[in-house]
Amino acid sequence: MSIKKTYEEINEKIKNGCAVVVSAEEVIDIVKEKGIKDAAKYVDVVTTATFGPMCSTGAFLNFGHSDPPIRMTKVTLNDVAAYSGLAAVDAYIGATEISESKGIEYGGAHVICDLIDGKKIRLKATSPGTDCYPRLEIDTYITKDSINEAYLFNPRNAYQNYSAAINTSDKALYTYMGILQPNMGNINYCTSGQLSPLFNDPLYRTIGIGTRIFLAGTTGYISWQGTQFFSDRERDENGIPLSPAATLAVVGDLKKMSTEYIKPAVFEKYGISMFVGIGIPIPILDEEMMKFVSIEDKDLYTSIVDYSVPSRNKPTLGRVNYAQLRSGSINLNGKSIKTAPITSLYKSRKIAEELKKLIMEGNFYLQQPIEAFPLNNRLNTLEIIDAEEE
Amino acid sequence: MKKKIFLIFPPHLTDQPITYTLIKKYDLKTNILRASINYNTQGNLLLELEGTKENISSGIRYLENIGVKVDFIHTEIKWDEKACIHCGACTAVCPSDALKLDSNSWLLSFNAEECLGCKLCIKACPLKIITNGL
Repeated sequence: MSIKKTYEEINEKIKNGCAVVVSAEEVIDIVKEKGIKDAAKYVDVVTTATFGPMCSTGAFLNFGHSDPPIRMTKVTLNDVAAYSGLAAVDAYIGATEISESKGIEYGGAHVICDLIDGKKIRLKATSPGTDCYPRLEIDTYITKDSINEAYLFNPRNAYQNYSAAINTSDKALYTYMGILQPNMGNINYCTSGQLSPLFNDPLYRTIGIGTRIFLAGTTGYISWQGTQFFSDRERDENGIPLSPAATLAVVGDLKKMSTEYIKPAVFEKYGISMFVGIGIPIPILDEEMMKFVSIEDKDLYTSIVDYSVPSRNKPTLGRVNYAQLRSGSINLNGKSIKTAPITSLYKSRKIAEELKKLIMEGNFYLQQPIEAFPLNNRLNTLEIIDAEEE
Repeated sequence: MKKKIFLIFPPHLTDQPITYTLIKKYDLKTNILRASINYNTQGNLLLELEGTKENISSGIRYLENIGVKVDFIHTEIKWDEKACIHCGACTAVCPSDALKLDSNSWLLSFNAEECLGCKLCIKACPLKIITNGL
């Protein structure tokens, strides 16, 4: 007889303190020992996690009203511009925005972390002035406790697979994938592999709109499919996409986050990004889910892409699995090339453990998605056309 | 004892067999860690010397006397271990594996002995927690 479990049954076990929760790394050995069927019977939840740079990150803030009030049209936070083409005192601070005075040394990601750490942030805003909002400018200080809502809303996080990067040119390249040394000096890769959330639920059976997640140290939710969601990718026999596919839009309360699990990143000659810690619990509803979570690094593949070609479609130099990437070097056309991660596996593991603890202690319950992600989504490109063309 | 030195020598000295002299005359074990020497242009050499204290001093005096500029490599970089997130971005550019991720714990470690002082890691660290140690 096949194993079937419902969210209600699993949550009941969590409530009673008897749910079996393991990480996506630990589950591999359990399946090897017990087999898929017995492992599916035994394990209730598998925790997955990632901690990598995710540029598409930012926060909505509501500052509260001053007296007399102002309809802010240009806002800076510690000299970093925040988008305020919204209602009077709402703004969105994007992680990659750079300081007007310090450049890439300080930016939106730093403002977000300073807010989380409870630091005072200088808020400056200007306005043309209106009958209902007469104030023309404001220069003051805020903290996360002095303002109203502050929530992270990230349009694109937690990529399902990502291409590894190499550089075949004779000059070093400074990229969001780190420094790529000339003449194929190194290969950088950027997922937590077998621990990565969307590798463990490749067909989005449990990760969808409404899924409760661990986001930067607190509870968050998946609010939508992430931008550039490309689920209609070539997949292997296990259903795993062989190139960057699905992404997640996530939301969570910034005031409850911890900078232990979210950090600003500065990439030399590129700009600012943000390490975001995301953990997602996968309920083992049946044997198929158990099979998905048991897939290991050696069976997860990605492509090596040449970043020295400055066009949309960069050439691929070969396919490689995450066990090879993790080993520290790979052989490409007879040459041994050093490999290095950009995603912290140490931190990813820490998040998977933290989430495990929360669930086992009955402080985190699983939420069934309200709606599933589409499996046939493709990407559009941006073409340069004139007004008459269609 | 061991000592790491960085040598910069002018064009007219690039034809001198200096490592041979260091070995033969001063009884020093030399290990070339990095070299960029083209005949008749300025060259530089990162060298590790091993021998007695006296012989190392004499060898260095010999280099200075013939017109080679000698820099001593002290602590090359400073790594703020507490602030590190152990991502591994620095290991991509480290030529000697002085910065290394442990393949079990995935924690970063820094071995000052192995560091060549190239400073590429300072640029590569996205948290900017590796700084100039000098």
